[in-house]
Amino acid sequence: MLNEIAFLAPTSWYIILSAILFALGVAGVLIRRNAILIFMSVELMLNAANLAFVAFARTFMDLGGQVFVFFVMTVAAAEVAVGLALIVSIFRTKQSIDIDDLHQMQG
Amino acid sequence: MVGTIVFIILGLIAVGAAVGLLTSTNAIHAALFLVINFTCVALFYLGLNAPFLAMVQVTVYAGAIMVLFLFVIMLLGAERVPLSSRLRWQVPLAIVLVAALMVTSAFVLFSPQIGVSLPDPAPLGEVGTNPQGFGSPGAVADSLFISYVLPFQMVGILLLVAMIGAVVLTKDDKPHRETPRRKWEELLETGKYIETLDE
Repeated sequence: MLNEIAFLAPTSWYIILSAILFALGVAGVLIRRNAILIFMSVELMLNAANLAFVAFARTFMDLGGQVFVFFVMTVAAAEVAVGLALIVSIFRTKQSIDIDDLHQMQG
Repeated sequence: MVGTIVFIILGLIAVGAAVGLLTSTNAIHAALFLVINFTCVALFYLGLNAPFLAMVQVTVYAGAIMVLFLFVIMLLGAERVPLSSRLRWQVPLAIVLVAALMVTSAFVLFSPQIGVSLPDPAPLGEVGTNPQGFGSPGAVADSLFISYVLPFQMVGILLLVAMIGAVVLTKDDKPHRETPRRKWEELLETGKYIETLDE
């Protein structure tokens, strides 16, 4: 029953929205100093790309777009698990997750 | 008509939540703004005839990934986010560059010479019907397990690797602790146990 719901706008509107959300995610990565908030902005970018995929899948009636979104969600979940484990272990040694303090590899 | 109105309302909520994520001073507020954004995107999927993906989005993104983020925020005590930065020119420059990115993508998408012309989504049948079951779990499962079974298996291996990686990265590196029995044998050998008899 759920797959009979449909509220559709022109495809280009979905793509504009996806571009705006992606740009806001980029702004989050550039502006924020807390490692966890940077990570959250990366998730926002992935969501924007997923929205574009699903919009195109509906426009061209190709389920491959939805299958790819499924894979992107899985990869994002795996990335969040490993990334947060990294942040926790960095916090254990440096007691800080401010990226301005993580500059030991600079030349 | 209904579609465009719902799209505009949901779009404004999603963009507002994203701006809230960018500007909030409390990390938990930022996480909750992101949950609002994920829920709006799930509703978009519902409207784009992708109900299976909408439920997966709510379950995986809003239900598992954001809970993981909130766990780590509370574990590390990272709620208070400092706003001032040592590089003061970074924030205005970032805003300018992101505006340039938005303008460039609008130009690429919509100019007459190099833009794309996208067809509008066609109705599936009569209003409120979906005769082929486009986007239903059965159709997505057919595609996933028949046409795309190799990426599916690879993603399974990827999840296994991520699980192992997360366990290895957070493992304690302390040396093996002395058990009480071992300590008592050491006391017997060296004869120090006599000292322990005195109170």
